[in-house]
Amino acid sequence: MTMNPKIESKNVNLYYGAFHALKGITMSVQPNTVTALIGPSGCGKSTYLRLFNRMNDLIPGIRIEGDVQIDGKDIYSKSLRVDELRKKVGMVFQKPNPFPKSIFENVAYGLRVNGLNHASFVEERVETSLRQAALWEEVKDKLKKSAFELSGGQQQRLCIARALAIEPSVLLMDEPASALDPISTSKIEELIYELKSKYTIIIVTHNMQQAGRVSDKTAFFYLGELIEFDDTQVIFTNPQNPRTQSYVTGRFG
Amino acid sequence: MTLKRFIEKLIEGMLMISSSISALAVLLIVLFLFKEGFSLFSTSPLENHNVIVVSKGNPIEKLTAPQIKDIFDQKITNWQTVGGKNDTIILFTINDVSNYFSEEEIGENFEYLPEKLSRLTDSIPSMLAVYPDKYLAKDFKGKTVSVAKNNIPDFISGREWFPTAEPAVQLGVLPLILGTLMVSFFAILFALPVGLATAIYMAEVADERLRKILKPIIELLAGIPSVVYGFFGLIVIVPLIHDTFNLPVGETALAGSIVLAIMALPTIITVSEDAIRNTPRSMKEASLALGANKWQTIARVIIPNSMSGISAAAILGIGRAIGETMAV
Ligand SMILES: Nc1ncnc2c1ncn2[C@@H]1O[C@H](COP(=O)(O)OP(=O)(O)OP(=O)(O)O)[C@@H](O)[C@H]1O
Ligand SMILES: [Mg+2]
Repeated sequence: MTMNPKIESKNVNLYYGAFHALKGITMSVQPNTVTALIGPSGCGKSTYLRLFNRMNDLIPGIRIEGDVQIDGKDIYSKSLRVDELRKKVGMVFQKPNPFPKSIFENVAYGLRVNGLNHASFVEERVETSLRQAALWEEVKDKLKKSAFELSGGQQQRLCIARALAIEPSVLLMDEPASALDPISTSKIEELIYELKSKYTIIIVTHNMQQAGRVSDKTAFFYLGELIEFDDTQVIFTNPQNPRTQSYVTGRFG
Repeated sequence: MTLKRFIEKLIEGMLMISSSISALAVLLIVLFLFKEGFSLFSTSPLENHNVIVVSKGNPIEKLTAPQIKDIFDQKITNWQTVGGKNDTIILFTINDVSNYFSEEEIGENFEYLPEKLSRLTDSIPSMLAVYPDKYLAKDFKGKTVSVAKNNIPDFISGREWFPTAEPAVQLGVLPLILGTLMVSFFAILFALPVGLATAIYMAEVADERLRKILKPIIELLAGIPSVVYGFFGLIVIVPLIHDTFNLPVGETALAGSIVLAIMALPTIITVSEDAIRNTPRSMKEASLALGANKWQTIARVIIPNSMSGISAAAILGIGRAIGETMAV
């Protein structure tokens, strides 16, 4: 591959107070690919994911060492504005977390906080995002209704639409389908597959089949270390590390 | 198994009894208050079993308590004002007896007084006499005037509050109600922005260490008795307002509002801070992840989400302050 990586981390260490949660992680992600982060609970997948939109900054007592770059720029440099970074790097959380607002306003939120308030522009962008998230047909007649009236799966797709509305170039997803039924899950997996053409996606998942279905690359974490990072195909059929082998075949974790 | 169920039932029953007892007690207290309150209205407002009498020829049948007070204050001096003939009112009270009669005329034990009084009112047609009903002659020739009862509409809208006025009690609570409303309105106006700002600062901006110092101090403020606040208001705020606005007296509604606002602040701060802290972290993170900054998140997500808690805080705070009007 000769392409410049979209996302890169070089020898990143992260400490929650005295606890060493990420140990020297080096990894690079190509644009327009889907990367799956797998590993047993508590191994640092979420922590690593939240590094890229600087969500960890909110936690008191945290310390981050090393170099994290997106589009070749150090995202932890002093001159970088965090809110600008987060417009470029969207995030979908494990549990659907819509705002207590209408469906329309949920999707429009990201636009409004960025000062984009022109009515016809907002309407158009909300519709486009809801279509991309495969939710438009289900909600087009009740955009004024509260987002809490939607089912869990619909709420999660609403959260995806909300993240897409500000047109990020990177999408971080932390177990986006873990709280959903199989039908909603497969809808979201299809969605990820379609979104790949426009976005670079990193997804945390506990579901091996899901990782196999949606991702191009897979990274296996264990106790804060990146054990193995390779093509998904390789990780699931011919892993180099015995620990990866036993995890993906379900022998531990 | 059955014993466990029995105990459960027992606890359930005890809870039910205690809650119904407390509900009943509250109900009884309210009923008692109403009963006491209504007796004010059902009895004649005339003080000390007085009677009001006029001569037979006087067309006046009835007077209201405020009219009587105005007559005694000499604001009303002509019968025409209260619906009678055009004639000056000559007021006579029991204290004036010595101006009209000598001691011998009355008798040693006032035994001749009723008859004398009866004749007096008869002879002076424009006299309004007020004296204890025990001096009312059995064969009284004049006419007693009845006093309109204090009724509820007048109670609400009356402007005068003289619960101990002689000879007739006046119960107008309009200025009390309006005053309370106005003072508390301004108190909310002062206290809510300041309290909310402090709560937001403590919950979202201040770091943990500062919060640990601030929170107990504010909770301590909530425990200070109202008299102290009132004293503080009198000693500090009243002169301050007096000096800055050059008012003749500083004891204005403004001073009251400020003291009330200060009293309400600790409650408003602690309750709304809790409400703000209860905003789910996931909701804050969702907002931040969309590129909103801290202040946008506070204004658009955290405050709307904790609105019910904040309004409860305002009501509780002002409620506490109003309840302790001692300060004002
Ligand atoms: N805010 C925090 N403060 C202190 N320690 C934390 C904090 N968040 C996470 N940790 C610790 O860091 C480690 C990694 O946590 P992380 O949430 O990244 O795990 P994960 O791989 O996402 O697990 P899961 O699959 O259960 O979500 C865990 O041991 C966790 O206890
Ligand atoms: Mg996690």
